[in-house]
Amino acid sequence: MAKSARQAQIEKAALYPLDWTEERTGLVGYTKWFLFRHVPRDVNWMQTLGAATLTAFLVQAITGVFLAMYYKPDPNSAYESIQNISNEVTLGWLVRGMHKWGASLFIILMFLHMARTFLFGAYKYPRELNWVIGVLLLVAGMAEGFTGYLLPWDQTAYWATVVGININATAPFAGPFIAQFLQGGAQIGPDTLAKFYSLHMLVIPGGIMAMIGLHMYLVLRLGVTSPPWSKTAAGRPRPDAEPTGDRTGLTREPSSEETS
Amino acid sequence: MTDAADNEEETRGHSLWPIGFAIGVACILIGLVVSWPAVLLGAAITIVSGVLWIREAAGTHGPVDFAAGDALDGGTPSPALAAAEGQHLETHGRAGFLTLATIGLGGVIGAAVTLPSIGFAVLPSFTGEGIETNPVDLGPLENFPEGMFVITTFIGSKDQGEVSRRTAYIRNNGLSAANDPSFTIIYSRCVHLGCPVQPNGPKFEDKMVTYRDVTLTPVQPAGFGCPCHGGAYDTEGNRTAGPPVRSLDRYAFSIVDGNLVLGKHFSVGTVEGTAADAKISRYGQAYPGVHVDGLERWLYPIPVPGA
Repeated sequence: MAKSARQAQIEKAALYPLDWTEERTGLVGYTKWFLFRHVPRDVNWMQTLGAATLTAFLVQAITGVFLAMYYKPDPNSAYESIQNISNEVTLGWLVRGMHKWGASLFIILMFLHMARTFLFGAYKYPRELNWVIGVLLLVAGMAEGFTGYLLPWDQTAYWATVVGININATAPFAGPFIAQFLQGGAQIGPDTLAKFYSLHMLVIPGGIMAMIGLHMYLVLRLGVTSPPWSKTAAGRPRPDAEPTGDRTGLTREPSSEETS
Repeated sequence: MTDAADNEEETRGHSLWPIGFAIGVACILIGLVVSWPAVLLGAAITIVSGVLWIREAAGTHGPVDFAAGDALDGGTPSPALAAAEGQHLETHGRAGFLTLATIGLGGVIGAAVTLPSIGFAVLPSFTGEGIETNPVDLGPLENFPEGMFVITTFIGSKDQGEVSRRTAYIRNNGLSAANDPSFTIIYSRCVHLGCPVQPNGPKFEDKMVTYRDVTLTPVQPAGFGCPCHGGAYDTEGNRTAGPPVRSLDRYAFSIVDGNLVLGKHFSVGTVEGTAADAKISRYGQAYPGVHVDGLERWLYPIPVPGA
């Protein structure tokens, strides 16, 4: 049934803002390119763990940004400010709870995502670098956990950090220097708390965001891996033209099992 | 730009003058902080390198050889030059210069911003600034009964306040063989990973006294134990069980106007003998878990400054 003139008019009016934006930025196209990708036909729920990890990180980032509005990184007021967030500030218990429990969730999801990648063989050519970045992300995530654990400034936080810093100090050669840098002096004190706060909310998250950008760029570029039991070859059809010149011999020919 | 020009570029190699230029600028920037002669030196390096760089860029980065001899002799211009003029080829001397200048200047600006910031983040931890060296006064000697340990807590740094409260187990050993006063002052932090060790024995809390912000509680320990990972020590601080790698840290002391005053914090390898007769192998203050003696000490060869 042909559209009535009125329907066409409404459609045009609705799409106009999108067209206007697309014409000036190309963002609509890029968004489609980003979201509407080809994936293997037999992907499964395991392959959503990466997106779940990203979501957990975003929860940490958003709740953390707003917790910073009420938290005071000073030995005399840190503990009270946390109690204030939990008990007095409207919805503070919820946002702090999301940040506290979300932290564990983030680490657990990173490990599950890593396990999926390992068991599916998704770290293999050509995705080795993405595995490397992922491991760095795991390390950065653990560093977030370590620095964030001090911030409540209660007995658990203090002594866990004492032990954590001294474990760093036992590393041969560099250990004592790492410990000295972390606690900002000979003992844990006000400098340590401020330093951990800065590392926790500025330095390490900055690094994590940059690495997530690289990680996702490589996922977009290389595509999603088929599960190991897949009957179809991974990714889009390979281009007819093989790489030429110096790279001959460095690229892997798809074997007959893979293409079958 | 042709392949031939590219190859020519490759064979000529890259100039070192931009590096000299960057060093000169860096020298100026450092000099601004350190000393004026360094600024002058940097300026000289910058100008000389810059001039030589421009000379080189202008003189040799042309796409063609000028066949100088021919030109001077009034002969025909070289065919390559004629061809270049005919095709209006881009002379990449300028482009190359601008590329290098952008990269060089960007690098200098980047370094000028990054290096001081990283230094600011890292270096203060190693200068010892913020460490208070004021001696801690623990009060009159009468508070330390002879032959008994006293749990002494004190504020390590007036500026930091309560967060710097430390604990030491202090025993008055009476007079040594040389008739000097002798005190065993053991720092409470476990030398495994820094948890607070506890005295294993009856505490006499009803006999607790205070002196300014110092609290003193007599105790009769059979040894010290760490609640975190089970490290155990005897009353001289020697390890008797568990994971610690050396004996408990100690403080030196002095007696000023009849008051016991804490001295330097030091680490201990082992203690032989007891009380006033103890022979203490003394080392500079080390982090918990760090070996100060034995073969393993070579794993920590560089002392940390500012500790």
